[in-house]
Amino acid sequence: MTALLDILGLTANYGDFQALFGVDLHLGAGETVAIIGANGAGKTTLMRAITGIVRAGGSITLDGKNITALPAPEVLMQGIAMVPEGRKLFASLSVEENLLIGAHARKGNGQWSVDAIYQLFPVLKDRRLAPGTALSGGQQQMVAIGRALMSNPRVLLCDEISLGLAPVVIRDIYAAVPRIKAAGTSIIVVEQDIGQALKIADRVYCMMEGRVTLTGTPATLSRDAIHNAYFGVSA
Amino acid sequence: MTLLDTLVQGVLLGGLYALFAAGLSLVFGIMRLVNLAHGDLIVMAAYLILGVTSALGLNPFAAVLIAAPVMFAAGWLLQTYVLNRVLGEDILPPLLVTFGLSVVIQNGLLQGFSADSRKLAAGAIEAQSLALGPISVGVMPLLTLISAVVVIFALNRLFYRTALGRAFRATSDDAVTAQLMGIRPQSVFAIATGIAMVVATIAALYLGVRSNFDPSIGPARLLYAFEAVIIGGLGSLWGTLAGGIVIGVAQALGAVVNPEWQILSGHVAFVAVLLLRPRGLFPRAND
Ligand SMILES: Nc1ncnc2c1ncn2[C@@H]1O[C@H](COP(=O)(O)OP(=O)(O)O)[C@@H](O)[C@H]1O
Ligand SMILES: [Mg+2]
Repeated sequence: MTALLDILGLTANYGDFQALFGVDLHLGAGETVAIIGANGAGKTTLMRAITGIVRAGGSITLDGKNITALPAPEVLMQGIAMVPEGRKLFASLSVEENLLIGAHARKGNGQWSVDAIYQLFPVLKDRRLAPGTALSGGQQQMVAIGRALMSNPRVLLCDEISLGLAPVVIRDIYAAVPRIKAAGTSIIVVEQDIGQALKIADRVYCMMEGRVTLTGTPATLSRDAIHNAYFGVSA
Repeated sequence: MTLLDTLVQGVLLGGLYALFAAGLSLVFGIMRLVNLAHGDLIVMAAYLILGVTSALGLNPFAAVLIAAPVMFAAGWLLQTYVLNRVLGEDILPPLLVTFGLSVVIQNGLLQGFSADSRKLAAGAIEAQSLALGPISVGVMPLLTLISAVVVIFALNRLFYRTALGRAFRATSDDAVTAQLMGIRPQSVFAIATGIAMVVATIAALYLGVRSNFDPSIGPARLLYAFEAVIIGGLGSLWGTLAGGIVIGVAQALGAVVNPEWQILSGHVAFVAVLLLRPRGLFPRAND
């Protein structure tokens, strides 16, 4: 299978500190991939490198096109959108404006519109005029996902969308994933909740200290192997 | 002069100060940049209007239609090639660069136009006045205030009701996340400074028709503009209008007591407002 997104030997640094050491990752068209790993493993850095916010070495190819050195706005226009860690809603924009700004750079129509997002997350409709940051954590996460979808991405990157949320809220948010896949979007989710990751992903990557330490399908990965790859010690 | 008359003159004068300040306020609100050359850029625009009037034999009002797009382009270029390079975490480099720019503009104007003071001639309208009940109001000062209100209203519409304004606010909130939306902060900033220079051109028109100007008067206009922005509350456009009016009224009242106190009372009002409300009259919630 030729991958939609192909990442080879990716490295990234913060000043003198190297955060990624030659990460390889592939995402097929229509696939959902989960990245798991402890705090500080480099998951967010990987997402930021893909989107062009952090400068990366190695190569990132989207549908055959080398996008490694593109600045973030360019990467978005190539079809990669991100739900950033911590949601990062714009404080001076209303819920609806936060959604609309997601479509800032897009040309023409596509799968997603403000109304389609309100169908995906009906609770947002009543709150559409409220400041984005006035919502509950779960609702803010829905806005952040909707905002990323508004660009009609080919690839959606979700960085810890369940972090700090109650189980029922996490369930509501993950219920949207099949609808997003149905729209033809391939997905990478970063998750610390291993159970959640195994449930929704076609394949899983486990990261530790800036490297991929394990990869496979949920069915083939044993609990022990994951534990080992996650913490670097046997259970 | 009655008290009412003085107040009205002060409010009208405040319109001019609000025009000085509106561009400064817009730029500060979007990119947290204090442009120390703002006053000199207004004076530069006044010379540009003067140049257009004498070259083409136009009335200053018509000349603005030519000068404004030129100033937009100048602002765009200034932001793209100079200011975008120094904006960052550290607030000192942009201050130094705009201070240097202020000196360069003053000396450039001095070279090009000498230290002689000049004026824009708008014709008969300068002497006309309207009787509003018991007081008589000059047409030009009235037009100045009306223009200030229209400019602030238009900037607010732009800021809160358009896709460009949404991008302005998003970039101001969080420039990194804005890039994830496909927004290029640097081009947003360039457009904002271009718009600020269009407003500066309108300010220059009323400055130049109202009184004499020469290459050295920019820094004092910057000071009034700066005070108006701070009094109003950083980043609030209507606040900036209110701030301009506070200074205008204070100056008019001071001048009644003693003509030498006019300028001083504006500054005293500034300090007084800051003592009572350190964040200005209409502070933005998330600053
Ligand atoms: N802005 C930054 N500056 C310096 N070091 C950073 C920065 N962001 C992350 N790091 C470091 O990079 C490593 C990976 O962090 P991160 O990618 O956020 O991990 P994760 O998302 O897996 O928790 C950590 O050691 C972290 O301390
Ligand atoms: Mg992270």
